Amino acid sequence: MSRMRGSWKSVPQSSSDRIQGTLSRREFLVRGGALVVSFSMARGALGAQPQEPQNVGKEPKKAPALPGSLKNAPLLDSWIRIDADGTITVFSGKAELGQGIKTALIQVAAEELAVEPRTINLVTADTSRTPNEGYTAGSQSMSDGATAIQHAAAQVRAILAGIAAQRLNVPLSELTVHMGAVRAKDGRSLRFGELVTGEALHVQAAPQSPLRDPKTRGVMGKSLPRVDIPSKVTGRPSYVHDLRLPNMVHARVVRPPGYGARLQTVDTSSAEKMPGVLRIVRNGSFLAVVAEREYQAIVAMRALARTAQWSESRELPRAADAYDHFQKLPQEVYVDAGGPADIATGPGTISATYRRPYQMHASIGPSCAVALAEQGMLTVWSHTQGAYPLRNAIAEMLRMPAERIRCIHMEGSGCYGHNGADDAAADAALIANAFVGRPVRVQWMREDEHTWEPYGSMMIGTARARLDGPNVTEWQYEVWSNTHNARPGPAGNLSTAWQIDTPFTPPPPKPAPLPAGGGNRNAIPIYSFQNTRVVHHFVPEMPLRVSALRGLGAYANVFAIESFMDELATAAKIDPLDFRLRHLDDGRARDVINAVAERFGWGRFQKQRGRGRGFAFARYKNYAAYCAVAIEVEADRELGLVKPIRVVAAIDSGEAVNPDGIRNQTEGGVIQSLSWTLYEAVTFESRRITSRDWSTYPIMRFSNVPDTLEVHVITRPGMPFLGTGEAAQGPTSAAVANAIADAIGVRVRELPITRAHIRAAVGIQET
Amino acid sequence: MIVLNVNGREYQVDAAVSTPLLYALRDYLQLNGAKFGCGLGQCGACTVMVDGKPVLSCITPISVLSGRRIKTIEGLGTIDNPGPVQRAFIDEQAAQCGYCIPGMMMRAQALLEANPAPSKADIRRHMNANLCRCGTHMRILRAVERAVGYLKNDRSAG
Repeated sequence: MSRMRGSWKSVPQSSSDRIQGTLSRREFLVRGGALVVSFSMARGALGAQPQEPQNVGKEPKKAPALPGSLKNAPLLDSWIRIDADGTITVFSGKAELGQGIKTALIQVAAEELAVEPRTINLVTADTSRTPNEGYTAGSQSMSDGATAIQHAAAQVRAILAGIAAQRLNVPLSELTVHMGAVRAKDGRSLRFGELVTGEALHVQAAPQSPLRDPKTRGVMGKSLPRVDIPSKVTGRPSYVHDLRLPNMVHARVVRPPGYGARLQTVDTSSAEKMPGVLRIVRNGSFLAVVAEREYQAIVAMRALARTAQWSESRELPRAADAYDHFQKLPQEVYVDAGGPADIATGPGTISATYRRPYQMHASIGPSCAVALAEQGMLTVWSHTQGAYPLRNAIAEMLRMPAERIRCIHMEGSGCYGHNGADDAAADAALIANAFVGRPVRVQWMREDEHTWEPYGSMMIGTARARLDGPNVTEWQYEVWSNTHNARPGPAGNLSTAWQIDTPFTPPPPKPAPLPAGGGNRNAIPIYSFQNTRVVHHFVPEMPLRVSALRGLGAYANVFAIESFMDELATAAKIDPLDFRLRHLDDGRARDVINAVAERFGWGRFQKQRGRGRGFAFARYKNYAAYCAVAIEVEADRELGLVKPIRVVAAIDSGEAVNPDGIRNQTEGGVIQSLSWTLYEAVTFESRRITSRDWSTYPIMRFSNVPDTLEVHVITRPGMPFLGTGEAAQGPTSAAVANAIADAIGVRVRELPITRAHIRAAVGIQET
Repeated sequence: MIVLNVNGREYQVDAAVSTPLLYALRDYLQLNGAKFGCGLGQCGACTVMVDGKPVLSCITPISVLSGRRIKTIEGLGTIDNPGPVQRAFIDEQAAQCGYCIPGMMMRAQALLEANPAPSKADIRRHMNANLCRCGTHMRILRAVERAVGYLKNDRSAG
């Protein structure tokens, strides 16, 4: 409990907290009494920043000398501070998004420091306090963030043991580190707080660390309860939505009706007179109202919206032929795997095309932010995935120096990628700058989130293959996609900045490099085929606003590849699971597949009428977590109805720090992917998005979740953390598609697998 | 000025009578449990109990609530002394982001007060009104089942 209160208190609510970062070292020592001061951070925050990683993975083989994110902030006291009273504070640039990362980071730190987890206070993503770890994205918080903390903690433990050896005058080998103290065999011991003096931890991290033996794990590998859940279920302030600063006011933004719409006229006179209204803020086509109370702001916003006249010029593609339109847009063509151009063409080849519509993050809680402009400083509290990149974007938008802006992460509703969080923060910043001295809270309305968030790109994948008996001899796959990364950093990626007087435009999108990739993420099959060619058609023009949605291109590519593998297995008359294993050498891949086969009872499955089973597998990004999924569905051919009955998944994300956390994330990945796969597509008409709420963008409900969902975690003690959050979505989509095909004998290749798409595949004409 | 009875206490709320209960709870009484999700009565994130029944606070004006008993998750227990439904959600680790969870818990509480022994099918049917985006459904269902047992124990102990 104390941990949670501690982290809540870390939100600066007093001016003394806010100016801490600008105090001199001497002042801090006098006032704080701490022996170790994390001034590497203060310097880092005010000085040159390391380059921000993009939303792409780094190939482990090319990792720099320092492990994980240590390279972003190589001083140990950027990560770990121990006060004279023994208080341990761990700093992470990664943010809690509901994935449970705080708990896992505390476990890793506790393990390597040899202390109880409850003694650790964790501070996350804050541009004045924590290292810059870029975005919390790409399932990299464990591989980058936890790896950095693991190594930093091991090095801190070694430094403390070294100091103790000198002080006690005994060899290191006779010392043990346990429960926050270093003990000698003769019974003498020194607590961490006594050992840390001067600049003991203000040292460069080493590339190698004396990591503890994985066989002696005490805290890592245990399913510790999440540190954030008790607060959330008892109504304690847990989200930026719950932040109430003294004198805070509420704002709402009048959003344009569609992309590119410009505000022509608005009559503010009646809204200005409404109860509680303090200010109408207009800046170009950006229009907002500030009121004392939240509901007053909403009522006034609606009144303003009624009088606002917009010019709408931007045409959206015709929904009926959006895929064709998309494929005809200008494109950059990249050959990602270079087999001969003519493979898998001509007579005797099998081919299929798979389609994925625009899909949305659709967070349950619309985005929210609080900003305060005061004494030349701007502080922004946001559920952004990247506090540092957001700071740069807001600085550019407001044309003010980044060092005068502080961005502090606070939790929000689950985001699953780049949703409205950064835009809401920009809204709050813009309004607060026009309303100096009082904190401004902005929350988006439901229709703001649905119609203005950046979606996951429409994608098309065409697969072709040639079989020689049970073997794939030729494989060619082409994928068409927009970018999957239009995150801020540049102000032009904030929708707020598109609307202001001197607007910004989005920078030209660039394809993310492999092996992580964007639209081509997981486009290269993991299977060993004799000849493989993969072509990426990168479409720069974005008919609808798009950016990073959980899994990026992997979701659609794995859907296509793993659906096609089943189609090939059917053609080869081989069990689809055996067919995959024939083409798969990686032992860890085989382990998750075999685990699922056994737990699901794949070999014993008795086919019933109206039931089917499906299987799929992927290694996320081809270098991260392994995940296999088997699903049994009930499906009705004529009615086009589908009900998932039973799901079994297995995941290997390296050493499992918190197995239940991995299960929770994987269960969520499976259910969310079932929802995407069976129900979800963004709808639009000539100028406007028409998916405006939950009735026009339905998602999965309790009535349709499976009867059972089992997740088996395979742990690999001592092996690198591979991350978990995005491993299950791809395999789940194909597994359910394969199960539907098994149940009804017809293949649906266009997502979502709705009643209409099933009936069309069956050949039923809708009247 | 309207008087609202929330979690057994009376509060004078100086808001327009058309103000939805959600904003009275969050903005005037500084209670965090009920969440804004859609403002349209579609998602259930704002679910609270009124006279024992689940109610969508985002579309219920305070004008109709005078003299009625309103309960939020703050009325179920505290972080140091969580109530049965709260304990069940903690013990099942039934949250990812957790934003929908208070609404889930209040809907579950209303079910369990009306029917102390619901079947699994009853629970699914009853919870169907609320949306979760993280995909925590299986844990939420298990937590409600677990809460049935906790409430039974608490009753027999009490």
